[in-house]
Amino acid sequence: MKPAPFRYARPSSLAEATALLAAAPGDTKLLAGGQSLVPMLNMRLVRPAVLVDVNGLRELTGITPLPGGGLRLGALTRHAELAASPLVRERGPLLAEAARHVGHAAIRNQGTLGGSVAHADPAAELPAALVALDARVQVTGPRGAREVAADAFFRGLLATTLEPDEILTALEVPARPAGWGFVEIARRPGDFALAGVAVTLPSPPLGGEGIEGVRLVGFGVGDRPIRLGGAERVLAGGRLDADAAARAGAAAGADCDPPSDVHGSAEYRRHLATVLVERALLQAAARLAGGAR
Amino acid sequence: MTVPSERLSVRLTVNGRPVEHVVEARRSLADFLREELGLTGTHVGCEHGVCGACTVLVDGRSARSCLLFAAQLDGRAVTTIEGLTPAEGLSPLQESFRVCHALQCGFCTPGMIVTATELLAQEPAPSTESIREAISGNLCMCTGYVNIVRAVEQAAAAPPAKGRA
Repeated sequence: MKPAPFRYARPSSLAEATALLAAAPGDTKLLAGGQSLVPMLNMRLVRPAVLVDVNGLRELTGITPLPGGGLRLGALTRHAELAASPLVRERGPLLAEAARHVGHAAIRNQGTLGGSVAHADPAAELPAALVALDARVQVTGPRGAREVAADAFFRGLLATTLEPDEILTALEVPARPAGWGFVEIARRPGDFALAGVAVTLPSPPLGGEGIEGVRLVGFGVGDRPIRLGGAERVLAGGRLDADAAARAGAAAGADCDPPSDVHGSAEYRRHLATVLVERALLQAAARLAGGAR
Repeated sequence: MTVPSERLSVRLTVNGRPVEHVVEARRSLADFLREELGLTGTHVGCEHGVCGACTVLVDGRSARSCLLFAAQLDGRAVTTIEGLTPAEGLSPLQESFRVCHALQCGFCTPGMIVTATELLAQEPAPSTESIREAISGNLCMCTGYVNIVRAVEQAAAAPPAKGRA
Protein backbone atom coordinates (compact mmCIF):
# COMPACT_ATOMS: atom_id res chain seq x y z
CA MET A 1 0.00 0.00 0.00
CA LYS A 2 1.85 3.01 -1.27
CA PRO A 3 0.33 6.41 -1.92
CA ALA A 4 -0.11 7.62 -5.48
CA PRO A 5 2.56 10.16 -6.49
CA PHE A 6 2.06 13.71 -5.22
CA ARG A 7 4.04 16.90 -4.98
CA TYR A 8 5.13 18.08 -1.54
CA ALA A 9 5.87 21.52 -0.13
CA ARG A 10 6.87 22.61 3.33
CA PRO A 11 6.09 26.33 3.68
CA SER A 12 7.69 28.31 6.49
CA SER A 13 4.91 30.83 7.09
CA LEU A 14 1.13 30.81 7.32
CA ALA A 15 0.92 33.32 4.46
CA GLU A 16 2.94 31.00 2.25
CA ALA A 17 0.81 27.99 3.21
CA THR A 18 -2.37 29.94 2.45
CA ALA A 19 -1.02 30.88 -0.97
CA LEU A 20 0.02 27.29 -1.73
CA LEU A 21 -3.43 26.06 -0.76
CA ALA A 22 -5.19 28.78 -2.74
CA ALA A 23 -3.27 27.74 -5.88
CA ALA A 24 -5.28 24.50 -6.18
CA PRO A 25 -7.64 24.17 -3.20
CA GLY A 26 -9.61 21.19 -4.54
CA ASP A 27 -6.49 19.17 -5.26
CA THR A 28 -4.34 20.01 -2.23
CA LYS A 29 -4.35 18.48 1.25
CA LEU A 30 -2.73 19.92 4.35
CA LEU A 31 -0.44 17.51 6.16
CA ALA A 32 -0.17 17.98 9.94
CA GLY A 33 0.29 14.89 12.16
CA GLY A 34 -0.77 12.64 9.29
CA GLN A 35 -2.17 9.93 11.56
CA SER A 36 -5.49 9.89 9.66
CA LEU A 37 -4.46 11.39 6.33
CA VAL A 38 -1.46 9.14 5.62
CA PRO A 39 -3.41 5.86 6.07
CA MET A 40 -5.98 7.28 3.64
CA LEU A 41 -3.18 8.19 1.21
CA ASN A 42 -1.59 4.74 1.60
CA MET A 43 -4.92 3.06 0.86
CA ARG A 44 -5.47 5.55 -1.98
CA LEU A 45 -8.79 6.64 -0.55
CA VAL A 46 -7.56 10.18 -1.26
CA ARG A 47 -5.21 11.15 -4.08
CA PRO A 48 -4.33 14.84 -3.79
CA ALA A 49 -1.92 16.30 -6.35
CA VAL A 50 -0.17 18.38 -3.68
CA LEU A 51 0.55 17.93 0.01
CA VAL A 52 1.30 21.09 1.96
CA ASP A 53 3.15 20.14 5.15
CA VAL A 54 2.16 22.67 7.83
CA ASN A 55 4.43 21.24 10.53
CA GLY A 56 6.92 24.08 10.16
CA LEU A 57 4.40 26.86 10.84
CA ARG A 58 5.13 28.45 14.19
CA GLU A 59 1.86 30.43 13.90
CA LEU A 60 0.00 27.15 14.49
CA THR A 61 1.83 26.16 17.70
CA GLY A 62 1.62 27.04 21.34
CA ILE A 63 -0.63 26.62 24.36
CA THR A 64 -1.45 30.10 25.66
CA PRO A 65 -3.54 31.17 28.67
CA LEU A 66 -6.31 33.66 27.84
CA PRO A 67 -7.62 36.38 30.15
CA GLY A 68 -10.64 35.04 32.04
CA GLY A 69 -9.28 31.54 32.47
CA GLY A 70 -9.50 30.17 28.93
CA LEU A 71 -6.88 28.71 26.65
CA ARG A 72 -5.68 29.18 23.09
CA LEU A 73 -4.40 25.96 21.59
CA GLY A 74 -2.45 26.12 18.35
CA ALA A 75 -3.71 23.71 15.69
CA LEU A 76 -0.41 21.81 15.76
CA THR A 77 -0.72 20.97 19.48
CA ARG A 78 0.03 17.23 19.66
CA HIS A 79 -2.28 14.92 21.63
CA ALA A 80 0.68 13.98 23.86
CA GLU A 81 1.20 17.69 24.68
CA LEU A 82 -2.50 18.13 25.50
CA ALA A 83 -2.42 15.14 27.83
CA ALA A 84 0.78 16.23 29.61
CA SER A 85 0.57 20.05 29.70
CA PRO A 86 0.14 21.38 33.27
CA LEU A 87 -1.68 24.41 31.82
CA VAL A 88 -4.19 22.20 29.97
CA ARG A 89 -4.67 20.00 33.05
CA GLU A 90 -5.38 23.13 35.09
CA ARG A 91 -7.59 25.03 32.64
CA GLY A 92 -8.97 22.33 30.35
CA PRO A 93 -8.81 18.99 32.19
CA LEU A 94 -11.58 17.56 29.99
CA LEU A 95 -9.34 18.05 26.94
CA ALA A 96 -6.36 16.44 28.65
CA GLU A 97 -8.51 13.45 29.58
CA ALA A 98 -9.95 13.16 26.05
CA ALA A 99 -6.44 13.33 24.53
CA ARG A 100 -5.31 10.45 26.73
CA HIS A 101 -7.91 8.25 24.99
CA VAL A 102 -6.70 8.98 21.44
CA GLY A 103 -4.88 6.04 19.82
CA HIS A 104 -1.55 4.91 21.26
CA ALA A 105 1.59 6.71 22.44
CA ALA A 106 3.21 6.85 18.98
CA ILE A 107 -0.05 8.21 17.50
CA ARG A 108 -0.38 10.81 20.26
CA ASN A 109 3.21 11.97 19.69
CA GLN A 110 2.38 12.91 16.10
CA GLY A 111 -1.37 13.53 15.87
CA THR A 112 -2.57 17.12 16.22
CA LEU A 113 -5.60 18.79 17.75
CA GLY A 114 -6.28 20.83 14.61
CA GLY A 115 -5.94 17.75 12.44
CA SER A 116 -8.44 15.80 14.53
CA VAL A 117 -10.93 18.68 14.35
CA ALA A 118 -10.49 19.24 10.60
CA HIS A 119 -10.72 15.50 9.89
CA ALA A 120 -14.00 15.33 11.89
CA ASP A 121 -14.25 11.61 12.52
CA PRO A 122 -17.62 11.17 14.28
CA ALA A 123 -16.09 8.72 16.80
CA ALA A 124 -13.12 10.97 17.68
CA GLU A 125 -12.69 12.13 21.27
CA LEU A 126 -11.34 15.67 20.87
CA PRO A 127 -14.11 17.11 18.66
CA ALA A 128 -16.70 15.95 21.21
CA ALA A 129 -14.74 17.42 24.11
CA LEU A 130 -14.48 20.75 22.25
CA VAL A 131 -18.24 20.88 21.59
CA ALA A 132 -18.90 20.11 25.27
CA LEU A 133 -16.53 22.94 26.23
CA ASP A 134 -18.21 25.37 23.80
CA ALA A 135 -14.83 25.95 22.12
CA ARG A 136 -14.30 28.25 19.17
CA VAL A 137 -12.55 27.14 16.00
CA GLN A 138 -10.30 29.71 14.33
CA VAL A 139 -9.62 29.46 10.62
CA THR A 140 -7.92 31.65 8.07
CA GLY A 141 -7.94 31.83 4.28
CA PRO A 142 -7.84 34.14 1.29
CA ARG A 143 -10.96 35.97 2.57
CA GLY A 144 -9.36 36.58 5.97
CA ALA A 145 -9.70 35.03 9.42
CA ARG A 146 -12.96 33.87 10.97
CA GLU A 147 -14.14 32.05 14.07
CA VAL A 148 -16.83 29.38 14.36
CA ALA A 149 -18.40 27.77 17.42
CA ALA A 150 -17.36 24.10 17.60
CA ASP A 151 -21.07 23.21 17.72
CA ALA A 152 -21.58 24.70 14.26
CA PHE A 153 -18.23 23.63 12.81
CA PHE A 154 -19.03 19.91 12.41
CA ARG A 155 -21.47 19.28 9.56
CA GLY A 156 -21.50 15.50 9.13
CA LEU A 157 -19.33 12.47 8.43
CA LEU A 158 -15.78 13.86 7.91
CA ALA A 159 -17.43 17.16 6.94
CA THR A 160 -16.96 20.61 8.46
CA THR A 161 -17.56 24.24 7.53
CA LEU A 162 -13.84 24.59 6.70
CA GLU A 163 -13.58 25.70 3.06
CA PRO A 164 -11.06 23.91 0.78
CA ASP A 165 -8.86 27.03 0.71
CA GLU A 166 -8.94 27.63 4.48
CA ILE A 167 -6.52 26.55 7.22
CA LEU A 168 -7.58 25.75 10.77
CA THR A 169 -5.19 27.77 12.94
CA ALA A 170 -6.25 27.40 16.58
CA LEU A 171 -8.89 26.41 19.07
CA GLU A 172 -10.02 28.62 21.95
CA VAL A 173 -11.69 27.12 24.98
CA PRO A 174 -13.41 29.16 27.70
CA ALA A 175 -12.55 28.91 31.41
CA ARG A 176 -12.91 25.44 32.88
CA PRO A 177 -16.45 24.40 33.75
CA ALA A 178 -17.35 23.71 37.39
CA GLY A 179 -17.93 20.04 36.61
CA TRP A 180 -17.05 17.76 33.74
CA GLY A 181 -17.14 14.12 32.75
CA PHE A 182 -15.67 11.97 29.99
CA VAL A 183 -16.36 8.29 29.37
CA GLU A 184 -16.07 6.01 26.39
CA ILE A 185 -16.32 2.34 25.53
CA ALA A 186 -13.98 0.87 22.93
CA ARG A 187 -13.26 -2.74 21.99
CA ARG A 188 -9.58 -2.28 22.88
CA PRO A 189 -7.75 0.64 24.49
CA GLY A 190 -6.63 2.96 21.72
CA ASP A 191 -9.42 2.04 19.31
CA PHE A 192 -11.99 4.53 18.17
CA ALA A 193 -14.86 4.50 20.65
CA LEU A 194 -17.98 2.46 19.96
CA ALA A 195 -19.65 5.25 21.86
CA GLY A 196 -18.58 7.99 24.23
CA VAL A 197 -19.94 10.98 26.11
CA ALA A 198 -18.41 14.29 27.20
CA VAL A 199 -20.28 16.62 29.55
CA THR A 200 -19.71 20.00 31.16
CA LEU A 201 -21.65 21.54 34.04
CA PRO A 202 -21.68 25.23 34.90
CA SER A 203 -21.51 26.38 38.52
CA PRO A 204 -24.73 25.35 40.27
CA PRO A 205 -26.92 27.95 41.90
CA LEU A 206 -26.84 28.04 45.72
CA GLY A 207 -28.60 25.02 47.17
CA GLY A 208 -27.92 22.90 44.09
CA GLU A 209 -31.41 23.28 42.61
CA GLY A 210 -32.10 24.67 39.17
CA ILE A 211 -29.09 23.52 37.14
CA GLU A 212 -28.98 25.16 33.73
CA GLY A 213 -26.53 25.06 30.87
CA VAL A 214 -25.44 21.42 30.98
CA ARG A 215 -23.73 20.45 27.72
CA LEU A 216 -23.92 16.75 26.89
CA VAL A 217 -22.17 15.53 23.73
CA GLY A 218 -22.11 12.01 22.29
CA PHE A 219 -19.47 10.64 19.93
CA GLY A 220 -19.60 7.47 17.86
CA VAL A 221 -23.38 7.74 18.02
CA GLY A 222 -24.09 9.89 14.98
CA ASP A 223 -22.46 11.39 11.91
CA ARG A 224 -20.63 14.00 14.03
CA PRO A 225 -20.21 14.86 17.72
CA ILE A 226 -23.86 15.45 18.65
CA ARG A 227 -25.48 17.50 21.38
CA LEU A 228 -27.83 15.26 23.36
CA GLY A 229 -30.56 17.89 23.59
CA GLY A 230 -33.30 15.63 24.95
CA ALA A 231 -31.07 14.51 27.81
CA GLU A 232 -30.00 18.10 28.51
CA ARG A 233 -33.68 19.19 28.75
CA VAL A 234 -34.43 16.46 31.29
CA LEU A 235 -31.83 18.03 33.58
CA ALA A 236 -32.80 21.67 33.08
CA GLY A 237 -33.93 23.45 36.22
CA GLY A 238 -33.59 20.40 38.46
CA ARG A 239 -31.06 18.92 40.85
CA LEU A 240 -28.35 16.66 39.48
CA ASP A 241 -28.61 13.44 41.45
CA ALA A 242 -28.48 9.73 40.60
CA ASP A 243 -32.15 9.69 39.63
CA ALA A 244 -31.81 12.69 37.31
CA ALA A 245 -28.70 11.15 35.72
CA ALA A 246 -30.60 7.92 35.02
CA ARG A 247 -33.54 9.81 33.51
CA ALA A 248 -31.17 11.86 31.32
CA GLY A 249 -29.49 8.64 30.20
CA ALA A 250 -32.82 7.14 29.23
CA ALA A 251 -33.66 10.26 27.20
CA ALA A 252 -30.29 10.23 25.40
CA GLY A 253 -31.18 7.16 23.34
CA ALA A 254 -33.61 9.20 21.27
CA ASP A 255 -30.99 11.94 20.70
CA CYS A 256 -28.63 9.51 18.92
CA ASP A 257 -28.56 8.27 15.37
CA PRO A 258 -25.77 5.71 15.62
CA PRO A 259 -24.35 3.70 12.74
CA SER A 260 -24.53 -0.09 12.53
CA ASP A 261 -21.28 -1.70 11.48
CA VAL A 262 -19.06 -4.70 12.12
CA HIS A 263 -18.07 -3.27 15.51
CA GLY A 264 -21.58 -2.89 16.89
CA SER A 265 -25.23 -2.45 15.98
CA ALA A 266 -27.07 0.86 16.16
CA GLU A 267 -29.22 -0.58 18.92
CA TYR A 268 -26.16 -1.54 20.99
CA ARG A 269 -24.58 1.88 20.53
CA ARG A 270 -27.83 3.58 21.56
CA HIS A 271 -27.85 1.45 24.70
CA LEU A 272 -24.22 2.44 25.38
CA ALA A 273 -25.16 6.10 25.02
CA THR A 274 -27.83 5.82 27.73
CA VAL A 275 -25.39 4.12 30.11
CA LEU A 276 -22.53 6.49 29.32
CA VAL A 277 -24.63 9.65 29.76
CA GLU A 278 -25.54 8.46 33.24
CA ARG A 279 -21.90 7.66 34.10
CA ALA A 280 -20.56 10.91 32.68
CA LEU A 281 -23.13 12.92 34.64
CA LEU A 282 -22.30 11.12 37.88
CA GLN A 283 -18.60 11.77 37.24
CA ALA A 284 -19.33 15.46 36.66
CA ALA A 285 -21.56 15.68 39.71
CA ALA A 286 -18.86 14.11 41.87
CA ARG A 287 -16.38 16.70 40.62
CA LEU A 288 -18.85 19.49 41.40
CA ALA A 289 -19.45 18.18 44.91
CA GLY A 290 -15.86 17.42 45.73
CA GLY A 291 -14.20 20.23 43.85
CA ALA A 292 -12.13 17.37 42.44
CA ARG A 293 -9.83 17.94 39.57
CA MET B 1 7.82 30.75 -2.44
CA THR B 2 8.34 27.04 -1.86
CA VAL B 3 7.40 25.11 -4.98
CA PRO B 4 5.67 21.74 -4.50
CA SER B 5 7.94 19.03 -5.84
CA GLU B 6 7.78 15.30 -6.55
CA ARG B 7 11.44 14.78 -5.62
CA LEU B 8 13.15 16.45 -2.68
CA SER B 9 16.53 16.56 -1.04
CA VAL B 10 16.54 15.68 2.67
CA ARG B 11 19.26 15.89 5.29
CA LEU B 12 18.66 14.06 8.52
CA THR B 13 20.49 12.10 11.17
CA VAL B 14 19.91 8.36 11.30
CA ASN B 15 21.33 6.53 14.32
CA GLY B 16 23.72 9.42 14.90
CA ARG B 17 25.00 9.44 11.32
CA PRO B 18 24.25 12.37 8.97
CA VAL B 19 22.42 11.27 5.82
CA GLU B 20 21.65 13.25 2.69
CA HIS B 21 19.39 11.80 -0.01
CA VAL B 22 17.10 12.81 -2.82
CA VAL B 23 13.76 11.10 -2.21
CA GLU B 24 10.44 10.78 -3.94
CA ALA B 25 7.84 12.83 -2.02
CA ARG B 26 5.65 9.76 -1.47
CA ARG B 27 8.52 7.66 -0.05
CA SER B 28 7.59 6.58 3.49
CA LEU B 29 10.22 6.84 6.20
CA ALA B 30 9.90 3.05 6.69
CA ASP B 31 10.69 2.30 3.05
CA PHE B 32 13.44 4.91 3.01
CA LEU B 33 15.14 3.27 5.99
CA ARG B 34 14.81 -0.24 4.60
CA GLU B 35 15.37 0.22 0.90
CA GLU B 36 17.67 3.21 0.65
CA LEU B 37 19.67 2.89 3.87
CA GLY B 38 19.50 -0.92 4.15
CA LEU B 39 18.23 -0.68 7.74
CA THR B 40 15.87 -3.65 7.54
CA GLY B 41 15.37 -3.94 11.30
CA THR B 42 12.41 -1.58 10.94
CA HIS B 43 9.63 -3.95 9.87
CA VAL B 44 6.73 -3.04 7.65
CA GLY B 45 3.48 -4.72 8.63
CA CYS B 46 0.16 -3.02 7.97
CA GLU B 47 1.30 0.24 6.35
CA HIS B 48 -1.54 2.18 7.92
CA GLY B 49 -0.44 2.82 11.46
CA VAL B 50 -2.15 -0.07 13.23
CA CYS B 51 0.45 -2.79 13.91
CA GLY B 52 3.40 -0.82 15.35
CA ALA B 53 6.07 -3.01 13.69
CA CYS B 54 7.64 0.03 11.97
CA THR B 55 7.95 2.13 15.15
CA VAL B 56 11.10 4.29 15.29
CA LEU B 57 12.15 7.25 17.43
CA VAL B 58 12.04 10.72 15.90
CA ASP B 59 13.90 13.19 18.09
CA GLY B 60 13.51 10.65 20.90
CA ARG B 61 9.74 10.18 20.59
CA SER B 62 8.10 7.09 19.12
CA ALA B 63 6.52 7.38 15.68
CA ARG B 64 5.04 5.08 13.06
CA SER B 65 7.52 5.26 10.19
CA CYS B 66 4.81 4.12 7.72
CA LEU B 67 2.87 7.30 8.53
CA LEU B 68 5.73 9.71 7.91
CA PHE B 69 7.26 10.63 4.58
CA ALA B 70 11.04 10.73 4.40
CA ALA B 71 10.72 14.24 2.96
CA GLN B 72 9.25 15.41 6.29
CA LEU B 73 12.32 14.35 8.24
CA ASP B 74 14.60 17.14 7.04
CA GLY B 75 16.64 18.31 10.03
CA ARG B 76 15.33 15.59 12.36
CA ALA B 77 17.09 12.75 14.19
CA VAL B 78 15.80 9.22 13.63
CA THR B 79 16.74 6.23 15.78
CA THR B 80 15.95 2.71 14.59
CA ILE B 81 16.42 -0.67 16.25
CA GLU B 82 19.92 -0.76 14.72
CA GLY B 83 20.71 2.43 16.62
CA LEU B 84 19.53 0.84 19.87
CA THR B 85 21.74 -2.23 19.38
CA PRO B 86 25.36 -2.22 20.57
CA ALA B 87 28.13 -3.13 18.12
CA GLU B 88 28.69 -6.34 20.07
CA GLY B 89 25.95 -8.38 21.74
CA LEU B 90 22.62 -7.10 22.93
CA SER B 91 21.41 -4.07 24.84
CA PRO B 92 20.09 -4.72 28.37
CA LEU B 93 16.51 -4.45 27.10
CA GLN B 94 17.21 -6.83 24.21
CA GLU B 95 18.95 -9.23 26.57
CA SER B 96 15.91 -9.12 28.83
CA PHE B 97 13.67 -10.03 25.85
CA ARG B 98 15.96 -13.01 25.17
CA VAL B 99 16.04 -14.17 28.78
CA CYS B 100 12.26 -13.86 29.18
CA HIS B 101 11.44 -15.60 25.88
CA ALA B 102 9.67 -12.43 24.78
CA LEU B 103 9.86 -13.30 21.09
CA GLN B 104 9.17 -16.17 18.76
CA CYS B 105 9.03 -15.08 15.12
CA GLY B 106 10.52 -11.70 15.99
CA PHE B 107 8.48 -9.65 13.54
CA CYS B 108 7.06 -7.31 16.17
CA THR B 109 10.23 -7.24 18.28
CA PRO B 110 11.99 -4.16 16.85
CA GLY B 111 8.81 -2.09 17.30
CA MET B 112 8.34 -3.48 20.81
CA ILE B 113 11.93 -2.61 21.77
CA VAL B 114 11.67 0.91 20.33
CA THR B 115 8.37 1.50 22.13
CA ALA B 116 9.72 0.12 25.41
CA THR B 117 12.83 2.30 25.02
CA GLU B 118 10.67 5.43 24.93
CA LEU B 119 8.67 4.22 27.93
CA LEU B 120 11.77 3.49 30.02
CA ALA B 121 13.28 6.87 29.10
CA GLN B 122 10.15 8.62 30.39
CA GLU B 123 9.37 6.26 33.24
CA PRO B 124 12.41 4.28 34.45
CA ALA B 125 10.32 2.18 36.86
CA PRO B 126 6.97 1.69 35.11
CA SER B 127 4.04 -0.21 36.61
CA THR B 128 2.78 -3.33 34.82
CA GLU B 129 -0.26 -1.30 33.82
CA SER B 130 1.81 1.41 32.22
CA ILE B 131 3.91 -1.16 30.33
CA ARG B 132 0.71 -2.70 28.99
CA GLU B 133 -0.59 0.74 28.05
CA ALA B 134 2.71 1.63 26.33
CA ILE B 135 2.82 -1.48 24.13
CA SER B 136 -0.92 -1.46 23.42
CA GLY B 137 -0.19 -0.05 19.97
CA ASN B 138 2.22 -2.88 19.06
CA LEU B 139 0.60 -6.08 17.84
CA CYS B 140 2.20 -9.47 18.48
CA MET B 141 0.64 -12.44 16.70
CA CYS B 142 2.62 -15.33 18.19
CA THR B 143 4.46 -14.84 21.47
CA GLY B 144 1.62 -13.19 23.29
CA TYR B 145 2.11 -10.24 25.55
CA VAL B 146 2.80 -11.83 28.92
CA ASN B 147 6.49 -12.48 28.34
CA ILE B 148 6.96 -9.15 26.60
CA VAL B 149 5.55 -7.29 29.61
CA ARG B 150 7.75 -9.42 31.88
CA ALA B 151 10.84 -8.60 29.80
CA VAL B 152 10.23 -4.86 30.09
CA GLU B 153 9.57 -5.22 33.83
CA GLN B 154 12.80 -7.12 34.34
CA ALA B 155 14.83 -4.71 32.23
CA ALA B 156 13.50 -1.86 34.38
CA ALA B 157 14.02 -3.68 37.68
CA ALA B 158 17.47 -5.15 37.17
CA PRO B 159 18.94 -4.54 33.74
CA PRO B 160 21.30 -7.41 32.84
CA ALA B 161 24.80 -5.99 33.18
CA LYS B 162 25.91 -6.86 29.68
CA GLY B 163 24.55 -8.57 26.64
CA ARG B 164 25.53 -11.91 25.24
CA ALA B 165 28.20 -11.55 22.58
